[in-house]
Amino acid sequence: MTTAAKTTTPPAVQAEARAANMRRLGGSAGLYIFLTVLTIVWLLPVIAAFITSFRTMDEISIQGFWSIPQQFTLTNFNEAWNQARVSRYLGNSFAITIPSLIGMLFLSSLSAYALARYKFRLNLPIYFMFVAGTMLPFQILLLPVFRLTNALGLYNTQFSLILIHTAFQLGFCTFVLRNFMKTVPGEIFDAARVDGAGEFRMFWQIMIPLSLPALAALATLEFTWVFNDYLWAIILLQDDALKPVTAGLATLRGQFNTNWPVITAGALIATLPTLLVFIFLQRYFIQGLTLGSGK
Amino acid sequence: MAATLKAGRLPGASSKRRRMNWTPYLFLLLPLALYFVWIIAPTFYTIYLSLTNWNGVDPIPGFVGLQNFERLFTKDRTFSEALLNNVRWLVVFITIPTTLGLGLAMIFNNEMRGGRWYKISFYSPLVMSLPVIGLIWGWVYHPRAGLLNGFLQAIGVADPPGWLGDRDLAIWAVIIAAVWRQVGYVMVLYLAGLKNIDPSFVDAARVDGANRWQLFRHVILPLLAPVTTIIVVISIIDSLRAFDLVSIMTRGAQDTQVLANFMYIEAFNNYRMGYGAAIAVVLFAISLIFIGFYLSRVIRDELEY
Repeated sequence: MTTAAKTTTPPAVQAEARAANMRRLGGSAGLYIFLTVLTIVWLLPVIAAFITSFRTMDEISIQGFWSIPQQFTLTNFNEAWNQARVSRYLGNSFAITIPSLIGMLFLSSLSAYALARYKFRLNLPIYFMFVAGTMLPFQILLLPVFRLTNALGLYNTQFSLILIHTAFQLGFCTFVLRNFMKTVPGEIFDAARVDGAGEFRMFWQIMIPLSLPALAALATLEFTWVFNDYLWAIILLQDDALKPVTAGLATLRGQFNTNWPVITAGALIATLPTLLVFIFLQRYFIQGLTLGSGK
Repeated sequence: MAATLKAGRLPGASSKRRRMNWTPYLFLLLPLALYFVWIIAPTFYTIYLSLTNWNGVDPIPGFVGLQNFERLFTKDRTFSEALLNNVRWLVVFITIPTTLGLGLAMIFNNEMRGGRWYKISFYSPLVMSLPVIGLIWGWVYHPRAGLLNGFLQAIGVADPPGWLGDRDLAIWAVIIAAVWRQVGYVMVLYLAGLKNIDPSFVDAARVDGANRWQLFRHVILPLLAPVTTIIVVISIIDSLRAFDLVSIMTRGAQDTQVLANFMYIEAFNNYRMGYGAAIAVVLFAISLIFIGFYLSRVIRDELEY
């Protein structure tokens, strides 16, 4: 919106520009007020949860949500963390998410490499199959996957979740990485081939280092996706002690039925890992989101 | 495997057939095997299960033909309710977040002081899990002590609605929570799209004397059309996947049933797995329309090379 005209300008034009600046300033002050109000309203549910988590349910029930808090307490966090076992659930979430991430990124870089670098008859059909798979509704997979994990003796293990997350996300990861790897010029590999590098060495020592930016963006995005999964956790796990924090929160909700301060405290703690990833890796997160949506 | 057939004309091939290059298949072996076992085969297996009356226990499901579908479409009122709710969800999803997200993206596309913090506020719901969002909004909608009714009572509404407990409002209350999350996502995609617009188009239009609205309507919006298409497809797929919020906020009670949760309840709570599979197949069939549309665009992009 800035039209920078740095040439010598006659005074009349300067005056007009100044007036335009003033108008813009007035306009932007209005814009800031509008945006600030909108942002606060937008975040109100989170602000409400935050305030609630420091209060007692007795106080809220008697005086209502909009009363001025009489006292702040940390007991809700303590209760969520220890009694409701959110600490344990969070550990489980990491135990499921980290191996899934490693699995899907490693396997999808293999398939992406094959699809990006080689010409073969089934190349495009396989690529299209991966793309189509990313959009499947999970419900079409629930029953067979449930049956298969039972048959393999994997029901009620975290490994079953690692497997399905790795497999399902292969489609999206392959799609993104294949398109990224296509942009790497082939000459780099020709030189390596002349030097006698084998196929796998070219993949591991040339393509993977070059793909690190895409891998980082994918890892950030996939971390939040897998960490936030709820459906597969309730399908494949029975033991409460194994559940990730998403499913754990549902248990907590049942346990602390009407004690909203503890529920909101648990919900806020549960968001911390993905929030931290988002704050520190924001650039990668945004890149990841836009990566998948076409070129 | 048929690649060997057309290879005879290559010079230097020792026999009349060129040796097939197995390298890409070696790279694909592990990922494809996993994908087949956990994704592709299960899709077809569910289609088979939808033709049975499997209860989850019998070793061999009993074949019943199209009975499950017949019952779904003619007798089951919960099914039509769920279908209607998915349509509502879909219509809201492709209109409201798209408009709001585009508006916000147009604002934040300009350099502005502190813009980063405003943007972060709008996409922070994206990092929250849906169960967390469901709980937080469940508290907002709490009939007595919640934020919303507390506010309504404060401004003098004597008898505020019960929101999630109200049959007419519950589904909309759930959809609003979903929209709250989706807006940030759409905004991110539009911001990326706006960044890719060649500034010379915008400058040219300005030189021609286009005002802001004309610039938006006749230059920027058409240039964003590909992004809009992707956003609409993503929104539709997401609205068909709607499960977590309903499961957490209402469990499908108060007329809030959606297909994904209905399938879960039938299959895993009522042990009517064959019937559940039929619901999954309906969901899949609807998704297939949009998957096909999206895929045709990807295919077109590939063949243009």
